[in-house]
Amino acid sequence: MGEPILEVKDLKVHFPTPDGVVKAVDGLTFTVHRGETFGIVGESGSGKSVTCLTALGLIKRESAQISGEVLFEGHDLLKLSNEDLRPIRGKGLSMIFQDPFACLHPFYRVGDQIIEAIQCHDSCDKNEAKNRTIGLLDAVGIPQPDDRIRDYPHQFSGGMRQRAMIAMALAHNPSLLIADEPTTALDVTVQAQILELIDHIKQEFNIGVILITHDLGVVADVAQSVMVMYAGRAVEYGSRDEVFSGPLHPYTWGLLESIPNIDRKGGRLVPIEGAPPSLIRVPTGCAFNPRCPHRFDPCDKDRPELLDRGGGHPEACHLRIEDKKRLWNEREAGRVEVAS
Amino acid sequence: MTQYLIRRTLWSITMLIAVTALVFVIFFLLPGAAGNAGSGKYPPVAVRIAGKQPSPATIEAIIDRLGLDRPVHEQFFSYLGNAAQGDLGYSYQTEEPVTQAVLRRLPPTIGLALGASVLWLLIGCTIGVISALKRRTVWDRASMIGALAGVSMPVFWIGLMAVFFFDSRLQIYDTGSYVPFTSNPLQWLSVMWLPWIVLALTYAAIYSRMVRGNMLEVGGEDYIRTARAKGLTERSVIRHQLRSALTPVVTMYGLDLGLLLGGAIITENIFNIPGIGSYTVTAIAQQNLPVILGTTVIASFFIIFSNLIVDVFYAILDPRVTYS
Repeated sequence: MGEPILEVKDLKVHFPTPDGVVKAVDGLTFTVHRGETFGIVGESGSGKSVTCLTALGLIKRESAQISGEVLFEGHDLLKLSNEDLRPIRGKGLSMIFQDPFACLHPFYRVGDQIIEAIQCHDSCDKNEAKNRTIGLLDAVGIPQPDDRIRDYPHQFSGGMRQRAMIAMALAHNPSLLIADEPTTALDVTVQAQILELIDHIKQEFNIGVILITHDLGVVADVAQSVMVMYAGRAVEYGSRDEVFSGPLHPYTWGLLESIPNIDRKGGRLVPIEGAPPSLIRVPTGCAFNPRCPHRFDPCDKDRPELLDRGGGHPEACHLRIEDKKRLWNEREAGRVEVAS
Repeated sequence: MTQYLIRRTLWSITMLIAVTALVFVIFFLLPGAAGNAGSGKYPPVAVRIAGKQPSPATIEAIIDRLGLDRPVHEQFFSYLGNAAQGDLGYSYQTEEPVTQAVLRRLPPTIGLALGASVLWLLIGCTIGVISALKRRTVWDRASMIGALAGVSMPVFWIGLMAVFFFDSRLQIYDTGSYVPFTSNPLQWLSVMWLPWIVLALTYAAIYSRMVRGNMLEVGGEDYIRTARAKGLTERSVIRHQLRSALTPVVTMYGLDLGLLLGGAIITENIFNIPGIGSYTVTAIAQQNLPVILGTTVIASFFIIFSNLIVDVFYAILDPRVTYS
């Protein structure tokens, strides 16, 4: 793993609303390294996207209370003005989004939108920008790029639009690519292709990738590090192998159990009971406690901090480490039993 | 494209015939209609034209001359045949050819509609865009209150107030002194500015609210976020936003202008502008069928034609739209 390129320290993003303060992100610390895919996992509304949008300054700052630090290339992005952030957006730090059907302007040609992205940071002439665009489209696997450059977004399939978005994001060889649920809106077969493409790009250009997803299966395939988020906070944070072979938080267990697995033929998927909490009234103590089957005395009073409690990586659960290992083994055994 | 235009044109002609037929039904067939004798002896329109206490012979001569005794469908088809050759009949009242009268009254209406529409486009779009960009500021609130007032005040009220204020009080405006543009452009301008403003006010209010709404809606679109995320300047981001937000305005504008070209009835009457609108009102009061038909057909033509233009334009502006 290379040097750190993005360091987020105690990030808080709160939105005051007439009903109360929405704590979308509430104290988040993590580091992304060069050459690493960093997976952020959690249900909708757990603060994954807000974290990344805040880093790029794409959250309206006047509508939010933001604190903490986001260090990137020697700058604290939270302290930069919109004007100072602009040269970083799309150049050092690129982002692709969930819905490729909505992310490209329907009235402009795909090629022109990428040319515009090139020209807004490099003062090159239109012809050179066009040639670079064709090269980029070719690199992300769009056939006949010199023809397709003239197409409008609606003439592209969903997968091709996401490829075009990736091409646009790569226009200036960024050191960090943020992919916000890049495959959620796509067919399963196309999902695999896009993930493969992102992985290939990461290796070829040795960049860092933040992969936001609600699907642990996706993270298992491509990520090196995983952070599991719940209600605006990290509940478990470690390398992929640590988190997948010895998960320590009941919420992670729930997520793992809800992944369909071909080896568990006939086994039923186990959903997590209940729904994510309102971010205005987050439960006291551990935010997950109302849905947790293993909650006990302190869970609804003390909020567990993200600490390494002896399990090898940080997690935020009051259970003793030996209980965690036992419970997880039991749950696994129970699943196998149901399956057979 | 050609095939599409041919199909649309044929459809337009069908629509025009249907509109004509509808006017015939209203004029001849409905109970109490002007051309329908009903339980009385003569059609009311003939009695009207004959003047005070006419002799039956006079009325019958009029009926005979206007062909009112012929079966309605015969009158309808002979009207269609003549109209196809550009002959819209003769005014019952003045015996002037309707085609000629309509053509004479078209330039004032076109001048009024075009001038007002340019005005409301400029005002409406400017206010709408600035309000959206400066959302929730004093400017935004003030202009939206202004727009609400503009939408709420009916044209006949604003028009009369304007005449009262500028003509009677300030005496800087002379109502009813219309001259054609070709004979005295300066005087034409001095007459048209007030009706332009009056007519444009309501539309400007509607347009500014629409443009503001579109701008805010488009501002929340994912592709605007993409534009920011790729590092575009705020100016370029706004350009992206305008491109989507102003496209629907083209549609609205085409349809509104088409409607007004058929006569801005209230404004023309208040300011005494001899256009299609005031002609129509007079004709209706006089039960002057050929004129009513003529102005109705012209108005329908403009509406149908502007629809066609808007549809063709939209396909140019929005690459997702194709002719089929």
